[in-house]
Amino acid sequence: MEKPVIATTSLAGCFGCHMSLLDIDERILELIELVDFNKSPINDIKTFTRECDIGLIEGGCCLDENVHVLEDFRKHCRILVSVGECAIMGGLPAMRNGIPIRECLEEAYLNGPTVRYTNNEKIMPNDEELPIMLDRVYPCHEVVKIDYFLPGCPPRADLIWNALTALINNREMDLPYEVFKFD
Amino acid sequence: MSKQITFTIDGETCKAEEGTYILDAARKNNKYIPTLCNLEGIPPKGACRMCTVKINGKLVTSCTTRVTDGMQIESEDPGLDDLRKSILEMLFVEGNHLCPSCEKSGSCELQALAYRYRMTVPRYPFFFPRRNIDSTHPKIIKDHNRCILCKRCIRAIKDQNGKSIFAFLNRGHHTKIYVDPDLADKLTDELADRAVEICPVGAIMKRGDGFKDPIGERKYDKQPIGSELEQQL
Ligand code: SF4
Ligand code: SF4
Repeated sequence: MEKPVIATTSLAGCFGCHMSLLDIDERILELIELVDFNKSPINDIKTFTRECDIGLIEGGCCLDENVHVLEDFRKHCRILVSVGECAIMGGLPAMRNGIPIRECLEEAYLNGPTVRYTNNEKIMPNDEELPIMLDRVYPCHEVVKIDYFLPGCPPRADLIWNALTALINNREMDLPYEVFKFD
Repeated sequence: MSKQITFTIDGETCKAEEGTYILDAARKNNKYIPTLCNLEGIPPKGACRMCTVKINGKLVTSCTTRVTDGMQIESEDPGLDDLRKSILEMLFVEGNHLCPSCEKSGSCELQALAYRYRMTVPRYPFFFPRRNIDSTHPKIIKDHNRCILCKRCIRAIKDQNGKSIFAFLNRGHHTKIYVDPDLADKLTDELADRAVEICPVGAIMKRGDGFKDPIGERKYDKQPIGSELEQQL
């Protein structure tokens, strides 16, 4: 039987969830026996080269680019998992939700204490190469259908392991209490 | 002594004094019914609806309904559990609950209930309301993003004349908790500590305090909320 294929990405996240995935320690050797990795920052494969079984999404959608990547994942992955608070509810980047985007940008580039006296030309980055910020940060399931959710900031390595092995072996995740956390 | 009566919770026989509220009677019988607004020793409010149980097929809040002889109470059933979970989900989307940066995380009753019911994601869309943090009081900081309007602080924190130091300001979706300016200096250190303790969430925090207990040693890190009661069985 062919091995299941996993893809991962970090949208508006801090890479903490990916770190937590690596935090399964020596079980990583077991994991590479069990699965193949496709598009992922872990192996630096930048575009999908085949259809995948499981897509792990870290981070919510803060930029138009995040939406494109997320839609691409939905297209290529049979099962999508929101991994971590940012993917599930926006996380700390969503602290800007409710504040108009102009106000955010002005605070970051014009009025904040570290820029007020240094950004004398009052520059706000506006290159067409830059992805465009969305009006607010969107949880992933508000953009595409998400099949499973693993809470935590980051989700504990044991929770990720529990969920991944359940998905790979077609059994139900048990979400043990000691590793089911929102922080 | 008032009359002892017998009733059942999920088929198990329990005893209590006549006139006891169901939630209190359940506690006395080591039966956990979840609640966010109820506080032992303080008159009940029926604000959060988490303690909803079924009696004769009807839903009632167990904190405000008195137990009667022969009453048959259903508390643990998949329908009720889903109803309670949906209340939690509404509370999570209605405010801004950024648990990873919250001082109460690990010891928060709202979060602990969400753990108990294994809430992974709310079924409702997030509101992301714009709310502020009020740090005008010399002893406490109020984070309106986290307040669930349970009124525990209003009901439990009183000055020596029995007046509530906390009060509600505004109405409807704009309701928020505030310290009555006339009574602000009545909030002693002890009362401030008590307010922090009884607030089920991280909406009232002590100035200069926070993240005291390391991760792994906080109230609900290892044991689900309610298990203290359930383990006494
Ligand atoms: S009050 Fe509780 S639920 Fe809200 S952010 Fe803090 S820990 Fe999380
Ligand atoms: S501040 Fe805390 S105790 Fe007071 S109403 Fe809000 S959640 Fe309840």
